[in-house]
Amino acid sequence: MSQHHIMPLKMYFKVAAGLVLLTFLTVAFHQMNLGPLAGPVAFLIAAIKAALVLLYFMHLKYDNMTNRVVFGSGFFFLMILFAFSYVDIWTRIKAFSTL
Amino acid sequence: MGTATTNPNVNYLTEFSGVKSWLLSLDHKRIGLMYMIAILFFFLIGGLMAMLIRLELFSPGPTLFSADTYNQVLTYHGAIMVFMVIVPGIPAILGNFFLPLQIGAADVAFPKLNLASWYVFMFGAILAFSTLFTTKIDTGWTFYTPYSIKTGTAVITMVLAAFIMGMSSILTGLNFIVTVHKLRAPGMTIYRMPLFVWSLYSTAIIQVLATPVLGITLLLLVAERVLGIGIFDPKLGGDPVLFQHFFWFYSHPAVYIMILPAMGIISELISAFSRKTIFGYRAIAYSSLGIAAVSFIVWGHHMFVSGQSEIAGVIFSFITMLVGVPTAIKMFNWLATLYKGSVSFESPMLYALGFLFLFAIGGVTGIMLATLGVDVHFHDTYFVVAHFHYVMVGGTLMAIMGGFYYWFPKMFGKMYDESLARITFVLIFIGFNVTFFPQFILGAMGMPRRYFDYIPAYESLNKISTVGSWMISAGFFLALYVIIRGITSGEKAPANPWGAKTLEWQTPSPPPHFNFDKKPVVTGGPYDYT
Amino acid sequence: MTTHNPAAGGHQHSHHFDSAEHEYESDKLGIWLFMVTEILMFGGLFVAYIIFHQIYPEMFAEGAKQLSWKMGFFNTLVLIGSSLTMALGIYYNQINQSNKAFWNLIATLALGFVFLTVKYFEYASKFDTGFLPGKLLNVETVQATSQNLGMYFGLYFCMTGLHGLHVVIGMVLIGWLAYRTRRGDFNSEYYTPVEGVGIFWHIVDLIWIFLFPLLYLVG
Repeated sequence: MSQHHIMPLKMYFKVAAGLVLLTFLTVAFHQMNLGPLAGPVAFLIAAIKAALVLLYFMHLKYDNMTNRVVFGSGFFFLMILFAFSYVDIWTRIKAFSTL
Repeated sequence: MGTATTNPNVNYLTEFSGVKSWLLSLDHKRIGLMYMIAILFFFLIGGLMAMLIRLELFSPGPTLFSADTYNQVLTYHGAIMVFMVIVPGIPAILGNFFLPLQIGAADVAFPKLNLASWYVFMFGAILAFSTLFTTKIDTGWTFYTPYSIKTGTAVITMVLAAFIMGMSSILTGLNFIVTVHKLRAPGMTIYRMPLFVWSLYSTAIIQVLATPVLGITLLLLVAERVLGIGIFDPKLGGDPVLFQHFFWFYSHPAVYIMILPAMGIISELISAFSRKTIFGYRAIAYSSLGIAAVSFIVWGHHMFVSGQSEIAGVIFSFITMLVGVPTAIKMFNWLATLYKGSVSFESPMLYALGFLFLFAIGGVTGIMLATLGVDVHFHDTYFVVAHFHYVMVGGTLMAIMGGFYYWFPKMFGKMYDESLARITFVLIFIGFNVTFFPQFILGAMGMPRRYFDYIPAYESLNKISTVGSWMISAGFFLALYVIIRGITSGEKAPANPWGAKTLEWQTPSPPPHFNFDKKPVVTGGPYDYT
Repeated sequence: MTTHNPAAGGHQHSHHFDSAEHEYESDKLGIWLFMVTEILMFGGLFVAYIIFHQIYPEMFAEGAKQLSWKMGFFNTLVLIGSSLTMALGIYYNQINQSNKAFWNLIATLALGFVFLTVKYFEYASKFDTGFLPGKLLNVETVQATSQNLGMYFGLYFCMTGLHGLHVVIGMVLIGWLAYRTRRGDFNSEYYTPVEGVGIFWHIVDLIWIFLFPLLYLVG
């Protein structure tokens, strides 16, 4: 067990600081009222924060590939659920009854 | 611990006794048997529902009960068979029992979790059956909105029961994935694993990834009924088709949970009873993974006439064709295995051959239904009913029967009556075709499914179908008798009655508690018949 | 079966594993597989939210205006802090400083409690002003422009409610870990449950990382 990678203490604080900073950034962008860009920007920042939590707090960066693939697959299939449902709703054609 | 190494009479069945030693057992073999008893019981009830359906449909108009009752009976038939028999079926019974044995392990990765899964499953099942004594359910096993939101029946209880049983499925899948990754005996590379293990692994992936979405869908349905959120209710601005997207995102991969382990069993049977190594081992292994992967992107073929957009329909139809390819690869490889093999026709093999015939029909009619233009006519008719019974009963159930007879000597240390077992095959095979083949014709003639009544033109085929259901029942009851008689008074079975090569046959019948005296070291493939 | 032997200074691994390391790796894989199911379950809610946000943008904007982004912002910082203390709870167990580990776990509990308290005030204010989920929301009472504003709050309560439930579950598990740490169960050779619960707690944080902008900001 002692050969497990132990992240240095300073790293934890640096990552936490990064997360706090990115949270402030999220709110700052919100105040700027970016219109249609607001969603994607907020999502992108959230994704970066999520990556920091996953890679460092949850040690995925120092873990084996299997665990990374396992977790990544969840997001992949979620995207599939979203993509196909969205395509359906987006491509529906309003039809009016001729009766 | 036990004295299994020195005393041949001590095995996993006899080593510990008393009810508590079963209900608190961490032994994957005992847990497999506990699942078996429960699932057999659920199968009887679901089967009873089927018999009631067929009796009602013997003649047009009300025969036994009212239309409302009919809706309830068909809903219970579907819900019980799907959630309590066929989805858990092979993984929970034969998978639990034989996965560790086939990879040379002493147990699954998380034995306590395994026992917990059984209790979770039983709790869900009891909750589901409780609805029979309250307001029952009548939505069909698919719980489509908006009816499932409005109907006054016990939807919430049943749906929560399905959620709980889904949790059990997830935990079993999780356990199997870790077991396959981490507990293989030394020398067992992944390409030396039996194909049954590959199929259980592929199934486990689906169980872990798809079931949570069913979970949230069912929770949202409860929220709709209780709070009227409005996401699935058209009156509140919601989209009932979105419910179907969410529902089928799980339920389509679920049908591959049902068939993949069955195909794994067929690989074992065909190889063992041809005394020949399986043809195209890697192709079959990869095709299992391939089917699991593709199963996630085809769900919309259940929704061609639901109001889904045409473009989505076309996309789903096209991709669904793809899933026929890995399946066909398996079929061809099984046939190629038979070719020039030393084939014998004991009952496990009869069931395997029956599978090949029936699943071919089921599979091909699936491709017919995948064709969007054709499905517009066949959707919600008996053609669909016949298709899925051919693959689920003609496919999975035949494989379960074959696997069960095959592994019976290993599980119980006794032999069953071979002649009677062959009769069960004849009754079930013929009975099945008599029941369900007419339904293809009925569907093509336009008979709608889930209908209590029908026009006189459909009467004679319905009568034939009902008579078939009596035959198939007789076959199953005889099989139950064969099994019980085999367990109580069958002849003692040797360690390897079939001369098969996979690891479970290298240990006594029945196996000792720890499976293997010494951890096996694997030096060859699982089907080395040379 | 597992034998627990703190007096002997170690945790015996289960018999069907070759070594403690073998069991640790298997446990980790099991935990990650379970986390995938959590992601897919919550993910379904996100998918529903995004789809309906596209269909009813004005209704969603109207609903989001009722949420206090400051409280959401504060809660985000609270959870980030709790993730830090949780990670430190694992860290100190890894280097055999179980006292510091214990207090970090307690801190995590405290921050979780703060999170729930803020949520309580948020929910209370919604109930008081009539912004209830689904059919419980009376359009006249709250003077809503969108007729189906109940859908927004239905999604809001379902998503934050399910998340809150996971916070509670996490806190129970962390409390159990704190107790076991005090009892001396964990050390540099064995800390698997701490890491497992830690991963669960980080997932809870992760989901909130997406919930906050989606619900409170983008609206």
